[in-house]
Amino acid sequence: MTTIKETTIPVVRLRKPAESRSLWGDALFRLRRNRAAVIGVIVLVLTIVIAIFAPVFAPKNYDAAVLSDNNAAPDWILRVFPTMISRDQGGYVTINNSYPLGADKLGRDLLSRIIYGARVSLEVALIGPLISIIVGVIVGLLAGYVGGRVDNVLMRVVDIMYAFPTLLLIILMMAVFRTSFEGQQPGTLAYSLNRLDSSMGGLLFVFVGIGLTAWMGMARLVRAQVLSVRELTYVEAARSVGAGSLTIIYKHILPNIVGTLIVAQTLDIPTYISYEAFLSFIGLGVKPPTPSWGSMISDGAQAIQTFPNQTLFPALALALVMFAFNFLGDGLRDALDPRLRGVD
Amino acid sequence: MGKFVFQRFMWAALVLFVVAMTTFLLMHAVPGGPFSRDKPLPAQTIAQLNKKYNLDVPLTEQFLDYVGDIIVPVVLTGAQQKSLDHDYLFSVRLPFGDNATFRWANFGPSFKSTSRTVNDIFRDNFPISFQLGIVSLIVATVIGLPLGVISALKRNTVYDYAGMGVAILGVSVPVIITAPFLQYLFGVEWKLLPLTGWGTPNQLILPALTLGFGSAAIIARLTRASLLQVLNEDYIRTARAKGLGEGRVVNVHALKNCLIPVVTVFGPLMAYLVTGTFVVETIFGIPGMGRFFVTSITGRDYPVIMGTILVFAALLVLANALVDVAYVWLDPRIRFG
Repeated sequence: MTTIKETTIPVVRLRKPAESRSLWGDALFRLRRNRAAVIGVIVLVLTIVIAIFAPVFAPKNYDAAVLSDNNAAPDWILRVFPTMISRDQGGYVTINNSYPLGADKLGRDLLSRIIYGARVSLEVALIGPLISIIVGVIVGLLAGYVGGRVDNVLMRVVDIMYAFPTLLLIILMMAVFRTSFEGQQPGTLAYSLNRLDSSMGGLLFVFVGIGLTAWMGMARLVRAQVLSVRELTYVEAARSVGAGSLTIIYKHILPNIVGTLIVAQTLDIPTYISYEAFLSFIGLGVKPPTPSWGSMISDGAQAIQTFPNQTLFPALALALVMFAFNFLGDGLRDALDPRLRGVD
Repeated sequence: MGKFVFQRFMWAALVLFVVAMTTFLLMHAVPGGPFSRDKPLPAQTIAQLNKKYNLDVPLTEQFLDYVGDIIVPVVLTGAQQKSLDHDYLFSVRLPFGDNATFRWANFGPSFKSTSRTVNDIFRDNFPISFQLGIVSLIVATVIGLPLGVISALKRNTVYDYAGMGVAILGVSVPVIITAPFLQYLFGVEWKLLPLTGWGTPNQLILPALTLGFGSAAIIARLTRASLLQVLNEDYIRTARAKGLGEGRVVNVHALKNCLIPVVTVFGPLMAYLVTGTFVVETIFGIPGMGRFFVTSITGRDYPVIMGTILVFAALLVLANALVDVAYVWLDPRIRFG
């Protein structure tokens, strides 16, 4: 007996993982072996924690302006950026070490603003996929499962929306929201929407703008997946034993496409984040004093020659989060659908 | 083929019409007009302004008038003076009649810059954006294609990883990030290139590099994937089997075919470049359409917003249509219809 056991040990170790893992366990296993994806996850978890507990991590409040400290910078920044010269040496920079990354032109702490700014980017990273999945799945399921005329109409609408230059549409909508909902009489819908938007620092309209333009790709994807899954034998089998449409969609079709949806949405998150940053950059996104990395880059860009730290640090934060989502998305794609590895 | 091309362009026209209608409705369906100020103008003045700009007729009529002015060409004769209401983007002298000119595309006067028409603004700003876009596209192709080819040929070597690393960088980092970094490195730290402005070739380098970098990355990734796929095809094996040198196999048989899918990316690239111009022109202080659009949108200058969106949308939609047609034309395996 003992000899047999000893010989089987290597076999057991080889086969065990393959037997006991579910789809998700398997995916998780592959994801954990992907170093870039793991780094991405770590960066994201850290960012999320920092964003949630921003008041704890931020040394100051994001809109606490000390005008006398405007454009101040700590010692180490002057060493990193040799073009910035302190006042003692005949330059223009006020040294103040109580600002870890320096202060902006109104004397607000850059680090604190970057930390609070993470909230905006992460909220967009959460809401963007949420809206696009909800609308996209409903439209896609309808088109794919019901088919016929419904499919035709829905897909033509999607086609037209798809051909629309997304960013132009978002810009236009933002401009319309921003200019028309302001200065309304209390009691109207426009007034309450504007109040809500203001209390969210201008994010409501950003969400609406992104949400209205982001679902088409998802709808197409869901429809294509439904069409391919619908004809599979096990769905036919389910139908033959009397399962209703909803059961089939919920039990058989959705679980099959959920992986693809997650991968597609994770890979889209950087786009949503860059839309928000872009809108804030041109002044149509968040409202001041809410800090967004996009608006900080825009504020700093004007002073890049004199105070490069004011634009480079928010840009770095934005780049880091975008990278993390890209790595995670690539890793998820490889993990959930190994056939797609290396294919774009 | 003819039928396919026709269908494709009819579809493009339909999309443009919907774009025009949506833009029009979005702008007009909301309260307040281009003449609402903090200190309200007298009602009489507003009525006059509305009459002058045709804003007092029903919406459908306004829309039809507007679209009609743009798409219906006219032939004018006799001495012509430029007026705000009749300024056409295209005018071609006809070889007959009394100074007869074929004129097309009247985008109307601007509400805010009262002495200019939308076409004036196009003429002043569009060539600048166009120039920037073309140079960026060239930069993107010149960097992207070789990067992709090298990565594919030297698959899984240091070259591949380095090339694809750069490509991932380019794909995941938007213009809004690349611009300040390039500006700092080349303009502030090394003092090699001017930070902002427009006019000299020097001032073109940084913005074109910023815009081209992202597109180069897209091209590189696609070229690599496509070349790898082509190298696995049977006819490549045949070419090798009959004793052709590796250089000839790659240059003659593989490269040409791997470029077919790469052509498709030029549609999305146009969109990317247009998107990029808004940021790049703002950051680099370039007086192009992108920057003008951003300022006109906050001023609710309806005709300028409409005109810009239509021109950009037309560019994108036409680029996509051309790409579709080119794709079918290049790849005989695809049936059209």
